[in-house]
Amino acid sequence: MRIICPHCGARDRREFTYQGDAVALERPAPDAGGAAWDDYLHNRENPAGVTRDLWYHEQGCGAWLVVTRNTVTHAVLTTDLAATVREGLA
Amino acid sequence: MRFSGLRVLKEGLTGNTGWTPHWRDPEPKSDYDVIIIGGGGHGLSTAYYLARNHGITNVAVLEKGYVGGGNVGRNTTIVRANYFLPGNSEFYSHSLKLWEGLEHDLNYNVMHSQRGLINLFHSDGQRDAFARRGNAMINQGDDAVLLDREGVRKHLPYLDFDNTRFPVYGGLLHPRGGTARHDAVAWGYARGADTRGVDLIQNCEVTGIDIENGTVKGVQTTRGTIRAKKVAMVVAGRSGQVAAMAGMRLPIESHILQAFVTEGIKPVINHVVSFGMGHFYISQSDKGGLVFGGDLDFYASYAQRGNLPMMEHVMEAGMTLMPMIGKAKVLRSWGGVMDMSPDGSPVIDKTDIGGLFLNCGWNYGGFKAVPASGWATAHLIATGTPHDTAAGFRLDRFRTGRGLMDEEGTGSQHNLH
Repeated sequence: MRIICPHCGARDRREFTYQGDAVALERPAPDAGGAAWDDYLHNRENPAGVTRDLWYHEQGCGAWLVVTRNTVTHAVLTTDLAATVREGLA
Repeated sequence: MRFSGLRVLKEGLTGNTGWTPHWRDPEPKSDYDVIIIGGGGHGLSTAYYLARNHGITNVAVLEKGYVGGGNVGRNTTIVRANYFLPGNSEFYSHSLKLWEGLEHDLNYNVMHSQRGLINLFHSDGQRDAFARRGNAMINQGDDAVLLDREGVRKHLPYLDFDNTRFPVYGGLLHPRGGTARHDAVAWGYARGADTRGVDLIQNCEVTGIDIENGTVKGVQTTRGTIRAKKVAMVVAGRSGQVAAMAGMRLPIESHILQAFVTEGIKPVINHVVSFGMGHFYISQSDKGGLVFGGDLDFYASYAQRGNLPMMEHVMEAGMTLMPMIGKAKVLRSWGGVMDMSPDGSPVIDKTDIGGLFLNCGWNYGGFKAVPASGWATAHLIATGTPHDTAAGFRLDRFRTGRGLMDEEGTGSQHNLH
């Protein structure tokens, strides 16, 4: 599995650390309530197919990435800088 | 058809022509008391104990593929009761006791082999932790023996004891730990359930769960509508998709865990050996293959196969611990889809939907749990109350924070177990 870093190009999966579902970009407000925090921390769509998750290019440029990939085929579809995705959410 | 030594002899002398299929292949009925979604180890044992312990036999097990084709046939077959936390400890202790009587109970040879399991340690701190774990196991009524370096050497003379990074200080021996024949466990439970009247419906994928006024009414399948008073979701790595049909989101991420087997060789490894610092464990099958594995690949996946970095890591750890295995050729590798929960412990519980039950979150430890999980899930379905041994496996513990069971002590969030 190779992941395409927007800065560094296609790199070996070993250079990246997996953080988990990209839900981490949408942290609820501190007073959002128990249900919102339970969803954020625990509950997952867990799709068999296309998913978006966060990877850290630890042994490369140090960027946080949102990787869109397929959990059934391991194909990496697109990669975006997490900072850019975050700005889009704001 | 009962199995016995005499029967084997008779069949051997008459050309093995008298064996019959182990279970029927029935058409689904339109209505059942209980439907179990998932014909893996946990689903089959649930069906078996519903019939055996509670007399509930109007039961269908719906399996989208074939019986035993999922994780119960894709694991490394280890059976142990060396858990530490209350909630887990009594559950796995119960499971091991059921394993010890399983072959007589099922009249089926599941090749349960209590060859002993040794967890190695490599520092003073780790020794303390294992001494504490051993005490917890003994308090639970199970067995544990703390071995020093020479004690380990008597059991496992082939280890590299003087490894620079991880010298072997000793190990915690769990004499009643061991292995079993994974497929036979599925087949034995399938046959036992079928004999008691349970319908095992293979090639029958559930495509919808019918819910009216907050109560489950049945399921839609590729073989038609089937109604039932109670429905249990027992689908391991696929829990997210099945629960979504009931409008639920689960605290589950599915991850890949790889395992490997070498060509068959003469007996060299007589125990189950676990090398936690290298994320490596190994046993030798009765056929002679070295069966070993490591940690998760650590990214969400349903691929049933892993990637090369974890393979390389596992092989390196194996060579670090026992260089003698280096010449054995790896024949096969495979991956299982693990239903990982945030705290690393499972769920056996009711849902907010009437008559709908959930069994999931087995992480990478589902095989050894098969007997006790089925026992407890059947109890919950039949009586409506959790079984004593599984009382801690509540679904709401993540929402409330009460009763989390984080066996590894790493924290209760995804990607830490």
